Amino acid sequence: MITAFLLRALDRNILIAIAALLIVAALVPVLNLLVPPTSPFHIPTYIVSLMGKYLTYAMLALALDLVWGFCGILSLGHAAFFALGGYAMGMYLARQIGARGTYGNALLPDFMVFLNWKELPWYWTGFDHFWFAALMVLAVPGLLAFVFGWFAFRSRVTGVYLSIITQAMTYALLLAFFRNEMGFGGNNGLTDFKDILGFNIQAGGTRNALFAATAVALAFSLLVASGIVRSKFGKVLVGVRDAESRTRFLGYRVENIKLFTFTVSAMMAGVAGALYVPQVGIINPGEFAPANSIEVVIWTAVGGRGTLIGPIIGAVLVNFGKSVFTAAFPEFWLFALGGLFVAVTLFLPKGIVGTWRQMRARRRETARMTAASPQAAE
Amino acid sequence: MTISKPATLLYLDGVSVSFDGFKALNSLSFVVEPGELRAIIGPNGAGKTTMMDIITGKTRPDSGEVFFEGQIDLTKKDEAEIAQLGIGRKFQKPTVFESHTVWDNLELALNRKRGVFATLFYRLSSQDRARIEEILATVRLTSRASDLAANLSHGQKQWLEIGMLLAQEPKLLLVDEPVAGMTDSETVETAILLKEIAKTRSVVVVEHDMGFIRDLGVKVTCLAEGSVLAEGSIDFVSADQRVIENYLGR
Repeated sequence: MITAFLLRALDRNILIAIAALLIVAALVPVLNLLVPPTSPFHIPTYIVSLMGKYLTYAMLALALDLVWGFCGILSLGHAAFFALGGYAMGMYLARQIGARGTYGNALLPDFMVFLNWKELPWYWTGFDHFWFAALMVLAVPGLLAFVFGWFAFRSRVTGVYLSIITQAMTYALLLAFFRNEMGFGGNNGLTDFKDILGFNIQAGGTRNALFAATAVALAFSLLVASGIVRSKFGKVLVGVRDAESRTRFLGYRVENIKLFTFTVSAMMAGVAGALYVPQVGIINPGEFAPANSIEVVIWTAVGGRGTLIGPIIGAVLVNFGKSVFTAAFPEFWLFALGGLFVAVTLFLPKGIVGTWRQMRARRRETARMTAASPQAAE
Repeated sequence: MTISKPATLLYLDGVSVSFDGFKALNSLSFVVEPGELRAIIGPNGAGKTTMMDIITGKTRPDSGEVFFEGQIDLTKKDEAEIAQLGIGRKFQKPTVFESHTVWDNLELALNRKRGVFATLFYRLSSQDRARIEEILATVRLTSRASDLAANLSHGQKQWLEIGMLLAQEPKLLLVDEPVAGMTDSETVETAILLKEIAKTRSVVVVEHDMGFIRDLGVKVTCLAEGSVLAEGSIDFVSADQRVIENYLGR
């Protein structure tokens, strides 16, 4: 059953994308570790981590595409699920610091010593173990999405109203995580990480392993998303997007369909966040900023929503542009981003991949027409 | 009401509903028997669409009883449950999944398990394939099976939607203005199609086109201002003085 589901996921484009990701996962560490720094093919370690960061963003955009591109739910709070996954990983990494913190306290993270706390809050229990943290990376964003979606979809909140409450959700989390009393490091968040699974987090080998893990996780997410989209369930999803009431009158439980997709997407975003934190070395409440979630929407729109591969390309391209642009003209980046969104909406409403597919389909159609009726073409 | 409730397929008694003080339905009583094909006429605002909304669970009545198969209280159920009970609905404006092919539209409508996991792991069986092909033939869309629904003509979209309702295998079909915007030949074909469908299930048709209703040749109910004005054969109803005043005379 599962095999049939996954096999159906592999159409040609998805297969190429997955193969490309797996090749990148193997090739980049080779070019970093085995090729000498004097060679033009050498990739410096900081670039490896930068690319790893792009790929976690790509995974977040892919997660958004599942709900927005296929189910029509414009979530403007997806960065919240990303940040929650990031915090779960950050808590594990913070526990690994042990007595090597500034205050040398083996029992408490630095910020708790600073706040004069005497013992670890109950909700930090278990985060010493990687497996527990990994579970929470999926469970916390998934549970929030489930509870949020349960109420929102059951009450039939749709369209712009749903988008607004997702913004409110991420903003509320931003304010909550800023508070020191919450016990997540307040304003500063969690940082100064030392080890992950016993390996030095700064070491070149670890950085490459994290990059490879991210590329593989993205490939797997793409496989799962494609399996969902290409199943009958995926067709129902598109039905909900295009004609919700028709789907309902055919006897489908629209709220359950949305809830499932929203929860899966949130869990995917959580994993992306968990891979992001060790590669950038910090998680703080800024990740919950409403603007972050809106940026994800822009990446997805640029790449082409409803195409799965488009958002991955969009996220990588826009963030590469951001890295270049913010180095050259730091104060103009937001204008460039806004301009990009307007330009894509006006000139490439289907995004890069969508437009490309459209052109190819049109070319094939004309080829077919001329082949079928050579006289008519004259 | 002289008909006993258990023998009916659809039973509405004293149904009233108002929107912001406007009485859309005013103590409407109405019965459909198993296997019946029934036409409903009435001026704009008579409550025809509201009545369909009540039956399919989109709108809750303020008062009155709505029963399906004599004992299932439809006022307690939502759209998806009612659809699964076997009531299919065709909208006034053709509503199909435009970005899916004709085939996929029918596959989605097919009366199979509709849960998240059942659809995730669904595989097209040869039995389902045969059923879809059969429906394609019934609604005359076999040659368009792999085309996107968006590329169909208006009349073909109406037929596709009727085909989707057939795939649902409903016991009762509610059809809202099926021939609006159709050409004359399409209208005649649609009348034949609906009579064919009505052989195996009950059908309620709301329509303005009197010629079409005459083609159907069935019992007619005339609604006005939210309640039943007259009921009977088309000739009987169109001779009724109040029907002429309220509807035909205009």
